[in-house]
Amino acid sequence: MLPFIRSVLALLVLTATVPAHAALKVLATTSDWGVLASELGGDRVNVYVATSALQDVHRVEAKPSLVARARTADLVIATGAELEIGWLPVLVQESGNPRIQPGRPGYFEAAAQLNLLEVPSRLDRSLGDIHSQGNPHVQLDPHNIAAVAKALTARLATLDAGNAPYYVQRGSDFESRWQQAIGRWESRAAPLRGIPVVVIHRDQAYLCHWLGMQEVAAIEPKPGVPPSAGYLGQLVTKLSTAPPRMILRNSYNDAKAVNWLSERIHAPVVLLPFSVGGTAEAKDLFGLFDDTLNRLLTVEP
Amino acid sequence: MTLFKPFGALLVLSGAVLPVVGEAADDAAALRAELQALNSDYTARLATLEARITQLESGASSAATLSVANAAVPSATSGPGPGSPAARSSAAAFNPAISLIFAGNYANVSEDPESWQIAGFIPSGSEVGPGERSFNLGESELAIGASVDPYFSANLIAAITGEDEIEVEEAYFRTLALPRGFTAKGGRFFSSFGYLNEVHAHAWDFVDQPLAYQAFFGNQLAQDGVQLKWLAPTDLYIELGAETGNGQAFPGTRLGRNGMNGATAFAHFGGDVGDSTSWRAGASWLDQRAEERTYEDVDDLGAPVLNAFTGKSRTWVIDATLKWAPSGNVARQQLKVQGEYMRREETGDLTFDVEGLALSDAYRSEQSGWYLQSVYQFRPRWRVGLRYDALDSGSPEIGLVGSGALPPEAFPALVPADPDRVTLMLDWNPSEFSRLRAQYAWDDARDAQDRDRQFMLQYLFGIGAHGAHKF
Repeated sequence: MLPFIRSVLALLVLTATVPAHAALKVLATTSDWGVLASELGGDRVNVYVATSALQDVHRVEAKPSLVARARTADLVIATGAELEIGWLPVLVQESGNPRIQPGRPGYFEAAAQLNLLEVPSRLDRSLGDIHSQGNPHVQLDPHNIAAVAKALTARLATLDAGNAPYYVQRGSDFESRWQQAIGRWESRAAPLRGIPVVVIHRDQAYLCHWLGMQEVAAIEPKPGVPPSAGYLGQLVTKLSTAPPRMILRNSYNDAKAVNWLSERIHAPVVLLPFSVGGTAEAKDLFGLFDDTLNRLLTVEP
Repeated sequence: MTLFKPFGALLVLSGAVLPVVGEAADDAAALRAELQALNSDYTARLATLEARITQLESGASSAATLSVANAAVPSATSGPGPGSPAARSSAAAFNPAISLIFAGNYANVSEDPESWQIAGFIPSGSEVGPGERSFNLGESELAIGASVDPYFSANLIAAITGEDEIEVEEAYFRTLALPRGFTAKGGRFFSSFGYLNEVHAHAWDFVDQPLAYQAFFGNQLAQDGVQLKWLAPTDLYIELGAETGNGQAFPGTRLGRNGMNGATAFAHFGGDVGDSTSWRAGASWLDQRAEERTYEDVDDLGAPVLNAFTGKSRTWVIDATLKWAPSGNVARQQLKVQGEYMRREETGDLTFDVEGLALSDAYRSEQSGWYLQSVYQFRPRWRVGLRYDALDSGSPEIGLVGSGALPPEAFPALVPADPDRVTLMLDWNPSEFSRLRAQYAWDDARDAQDRDRQFMLQYLFGIGAHGAHKF
């Protein structure tokens, strides 16, 4: 019996010491934060992404597989601003993992690093699915990515102090490549400034804000509320006199209403990746913005 | 900017107070002068503050590499943004999350609901069955919850019933900081066995619970006790847990002694198959004691009697759930298939007419039940569901009948039966916070000769904090 107890004890001690040497386990709620964590953490992080670009991140099931990943995560990277409110709290709560509880260093929210657009002045659900802290679809402004990257670098360095110089070095490397890319994107995107566009949900707000495109209408009358036939008819009347240059659609959106409107107002639909993985070309964060601009500029060269 | 608020509030306040004070005509002039002085003083101070802010802002924008217009204000120190709740500084900032669910229905049933019972099963004494006819206010469910401190969170879910009663459905604390995947819970809570037991009424996929849950647990089992759960550090979801408590809920009863009544153990497993499919399966074991667990019946002459069971009650539950959505995008399309099987053995003594004859002898029963249901969201906001329920009461061994002391007709509730039911459901979900449902059931719970055709319309609305549901 004694040798058995001894080996069990040895195993316990072993499992207790293993995590210190292993890579930092990251659970990212979206592919964008997942690839950002890989950019900054290199081979010192082990990233699992909870959703794909084909999913509406606000509507995700708290699947057993995700609870299992939350159990072993050292760091959860979420968008925040209530985007994941329907499922992330369940993962964190069911995980039995004190490291990732909100307020602990292992819980990181991108939106907390940013000043959000469209903070509602009136909180009332008759206005649709609004978020009290502002519009949470922050990833399509590269300046937001830069700000989140900075904060995330600091967070990685705090969590894994032994590798801090590594993260700081990668962070500044990313920062310089990213700022260069922003310069390139902004000069390419100059023709897009001021053009009128139609969106589906309010999830292109940061892209439009960044590029100076004008959102003249949204296909959803209120956030999260699908359009009625009457509302679509009004849209056609309104937009026929002053048609937008294009209608923006994300890869996870339903094409039906968009195509219907496109035919009637003679404005092309531009399919955008929205998140890393949303199109074949949007393989990483650089690809996300390259591809977004390529697609916008095919209509507006 | 928050600096301005107290001044603004003070100005508004003094404006509101003025008319009242103004009634004393003598004081009015003096007050007006005073206010004017105050006003000009604040105007001057506001101007100074504004100048200082402009100065600060211009300094900041020249220092920052990003323009203010670009919304992104990097703050590696992760200070809360101006829009975040943390920036508020009042006692209300610590208010817990509160949500309230409104529910109600309209019922049209072919048989008298008073006569509803599950043939062959000892009644649980809970409010089960189709409920009353016509319009009915359902349970208004009030949920309040928040973190207590870094170590605990606490939740209360109370139901305000249509009969003007307040029931504590759940009120429990839960640990936040136990290491190694452990979570402990204490208070009153829905037991975690099976799949549906933990699910609150507003999240059910049908108006009512499966017959098996109604017969075996009087809808849902909640008791005052403690729970310990452990989640394995593996990519496959493996959750093991155990509970114990006072046993107050059917099929147990409170025992007239200190200590706990019985134990529950459960294991849940789960994972994904590709991007589109997720599953969860589990097995649970409940071991409880009942002391003088009474139920109402009629004797062989048709007079009401109160009988009682004392003994052991042991139940097995097996559950499986599968969800499928193309690319995991549940906003558009989703298919959910779930089923549970339960089997119970009760051994002990059955007393006939506890308030009169009080005859007692051995009793043993072995009963089972299952359901299989599927809900399909065929387009955004619309779901259709089909459920089949079946129960097998077995043939209980009643000592009082075996010995010839009483005829089998003395126990009408225990006449062997195999009730079943088919239920169809359609619901429309205008948003995440509202649901309107129609349901039709062919209910043979009494027996196949007394088929009850039940048509129901139901509404469910949620206000307040955004809920989060388990898989």
